[in-house]
Formats: sequence, C-alpha cells, structure tokens
Amino acid sequence: MAEILGNITISLVHVAIPLTIILLFALVAIWGERKIAGFIQDRLGPYRVGGWHGWAQSIADLLKLLQKEDIIPKDANRFLFKFAPFMMFTASFAAFAVIPFSSAYIGSMINIGVFYLLAVTSILTLSVIMAGWASNNKWSLLGGMRGAAQLISYEVPTIASVLMVIVVSGSLNLMTVTEMQSGNDVLGFLPNWFIFQNPFLIIGFVIFFISILAESHRVPFDLPESESELVAGYQTEYSGMRWAMFMLAEYADMLLLSLLGATLFFGGWNSPFGDFMAGPVWGFFWFMLKGLLLVFVMMWIRWTLPRYRVDHLMHICWNVLIPLAFVNLVLVALWEVIF
Amino acid sequence: MELTTILFYLFALVTVGAAAVMVFSKNIVHSAFALMFSLIGVAALYVLLYADFLAAAQLLVYVGGILILILFGVMLTSQGLTVDYKSTTVNLLPAALLSITAAALLIFAFTTTKWIVSTPVDRDETVYDLGMLLMGDYILAFIVVGVLLLITIIGAILMSTRLITQTGKTD
Repeated sequence: MAEILGNITISLVHVAIPLTIILLFALVAIWGERKIAGFIQDRLGPYRVGGWHGWAQSIADLLKLLQKEDIIPKDANRFLFKFAPFMMFTASFAAFAVIPFSSAYIGSMINIGVFYLLAVTSILTLSVIMAGWASNNKWSLLGGMRGAAQLISYEVPTIASVLMVIVVSGSLNLMTVTEMQSGNDVLGFLPNWFIFQNPFLIIGFVIFFISILAESHRVPFDLPESESELVAGYQTEYSGMRWAMFMLAEYADMLLLSLLGATLFFGGWNSPFGDFMAGPVWGFFWFMLKGLLLVFVMMWIRWTLPRYRVDHLMHICWNVLIPLAFVNLVLVALWEVIF
Repeated sequence: MELTTILFYLFALVTVGAAAVMVFSKNIVHSAFALMFSLIGVAALYVLLYADFLAAAQLLVYVGGILILILFGVMLTSQGLTVDYKSTTVNLLPAALLSITAAALLIFAFTTTKWIVSTPVDRDETVYDLGMLLMGDYILAFIVVGVLLLITIIGAILMSTRLITQTGKTD
C-alpha cells in the first residue's frame, strides 16, 4: 500500500511541474499577447492594473472569469458540452510528458517520445468537433467542422517535418534528440543544432512552423474561430471558466508546439555558447527562452497578417506544403547518406 | 494489489462501459464519442502490456483518424445532424439467437482453453525491434500493405475527381 501511495505521489509531482509551467506561461502570455498587439498597432495595451505596464491584467481577468455564470444552452448536449474544454486541455497537457525541460528533467523517458506526442495531440481534433457539435449552434458546428478539417490536414506536414528531424537523429526520444545537438562544431563556431547541421532542415523548419501555426489555430489560420465570419467558431456558446479552459488549452498547445520546435531544430536545453552557461538550471532557461521566442514570433504573425480564406488554407496544405515536405524529406535523407 | 492491477481494472471498465454505451445509445453521435472512450481505453491496456508503440499507433490511427472520419461521415450525410437520428431495433429474434450462440461459444472457448500466464517483459527498444522485424522477417507483408494503401489512395483520388467533373465544378 505504501508503495502504491509513493508511486502516486511521484506521478503527481510529474503532473504538477508542467502544469505550473503552463499556468504561469498562460498568465504571462495572455498579458504579453495584448501588449504585443498594442505595440504593433501603435497603442499601449493594458496599462492600469497592478502598476507597471498593467502586469496584473491577466490575474484580474482570471478572477473575473471565475465569478462568471456558467451558461449552458438549453438544447445543448450537456455532458459533451461540459466535457469538451477539459478534453482539449488534457490532450495538449498530456503531451508535455515527453518534453525534456532541462538535462535533469523529463516527465517520461519512454522510447517513442515524439510519436506519443503526435498521437496524443490528435485528440485535440476530436474535442474541437465535440465542442462544435454539442453546442447546438450553427456557428459552433461550422467552426468545429473547419477546425477538424484543418487539424487533420495540417497533421500531415507537421508529421512529415518532424520525420525529417527523426531521419537525422535516429531516435524518437526527445531527450536523446536534444543530447545529439550538444557542442559547437558546425563551421567551427555554430552550435550543433539540427537546423545548422543540414541545410534542408531549414526548409523543414519553415514547413514545421507554418504547420504548427495551423495546428494551434493561430492567425493567419484561425478559421475555426474566425470572429468576422463565425462569431467565435466552436467557442461561441461557451462562457466563464469553460471558455477560459479553451483559452488555456490554446496557449498550452502553442507552448507545446513551440517547445517541440525548439527541441527538434534549435537544440532544446543546449546553450548556444557550448559549455558556457550550461547545466540543468541554465538548460531550463535556454529551453524556455527558445520556446518563448517561437511563441513571440507566432504572436507577431498574428497581429501582422490577415486571415486566409478557407479554401486557400486547404490549397496551401495539400498542394504546397505536403509535396514540398515529402520532397524535402527525401533531400534531408540524401544529405545524411552522402555527408 | 498492485497499481498496475488497479489501473488495468479501471481501463478495462472504461473500455467495456464505453462499448456498452456505444451499442445501446439511441443517438449516433453519442455512439461515436463513446467509441472514442473505448478506443482510448484499449490504448491504455496496450501500455500496461509494454506495447507503447502499438498504443500510440492506436491513438493516432483509430482516435485521430478513423473516428474523425466516422464523425465526418455522420455529420456530412444529408441531414445527419438536423434530423434526430432514432435507431430502431429490427430482426430481434435472429439477432438474439446469433448473439446467444456467439456468447455461448466464446464462454465455452474461454473456460476450456488452458491459458498460459506469463509476466510481460519490460522492453525498452520496442520501436527498434519493430523496425528490424518489419524490414527483415515481415518485409513482404509490409510492402504488400504499402502497395494496398497506395491503390486505395489512387482509387479515392480517382473517384473524387470523377465526381467533380460530373457536377461540373472546376475547383
């Protein structure tokens, strides 16, 4: 019995560490997103709550959302309506188990790492359909269908671009993938990150980044919730904390995919200066910095580019990204064989 | 009682319970979502058998692929959403007879078989082993499945493009 309790305690710690990171990230990122939006649009953004640059705005918003009434439409499917936001968050949260946050910490050392991550996040699609259908609202349903079509389509270039890195690394475990990128040997000074090791992986990263923008349905690919056409897509009928769960899931997904990108292409927790500023704590710092930089680029793009039309979105995926990804996969493999 | 045993019974309960909901539900979309819980439960059971690759493949292929296709099929079928889909029971007697026979056969087989109980070995290199087997002993089956999938994809593309030219759409 004591052994079971011990196992459960260890598991709970492994659950708590990524959860804390996600919650802190969501608080900072929502504030950051509004500040970045403000600066890009030549205004100030939140400025009052908390004093310095309105840093407490997200906390105030959270407290407001907590007090809001939980409205469920009369004809909605109650169980699925209540369940969908939690399933969405669980799907992206569960994937954090295989992310190596630093050289000293990874949730699970399972051998199939990144494959597990891709498999678990495929549940996201279902929760989008579930929310869209259960709301009993035409906007929700249209948003849900669009979301599902988009997520399914963009899963193909995402997996293909992840596969390019797997071809180079030869391991699915993200910890091993990161360890292979230690050192500064490329051209004598550049770090051994995969993006510098193989020129075709730069194209791979571009494909990966476009695909994760679509996977986490951010502008310019936010068709599932495009507010000018569909009110708020599959989130239309949600209010209060359930809506907040959707937001949390969206930010968790953003962070997850950015951290995955940082691990696969930018050396994960490896310091850019070789042994200088290296070690488990610095590793965590570098890893989060790389991830947050990618998140920043995603926000930057969101407030710069207009939204794509739904058929253009599908065209980009099936006619441009997927053929390019497969050709590039072969080129990456050829480069590995030759050099 | 070990933690794995408790987890086994928990996920077995989820699998069987969701399967029951799937069969007895009157709403076809409810059935589809119950199927999801059942498939996830099976994936968890694979994990308990140290078949982690199989579990992830189960999630990716069945939950992330086939189940979404089923839901799309239901939702895109004309009026599949607006009309309340009421399932009715037909062929009560033959179906009952068939299920009773099948159940009796299964119980008979289960009780008379001598089950060999062995502890599963914790394997680290499941992907490596699978890859070696697929590229070695089972290469023929692997290639045949690949060709089969290719034929299916070409067939699907052919059918969809023919439909478009028939209806006169250019896009």
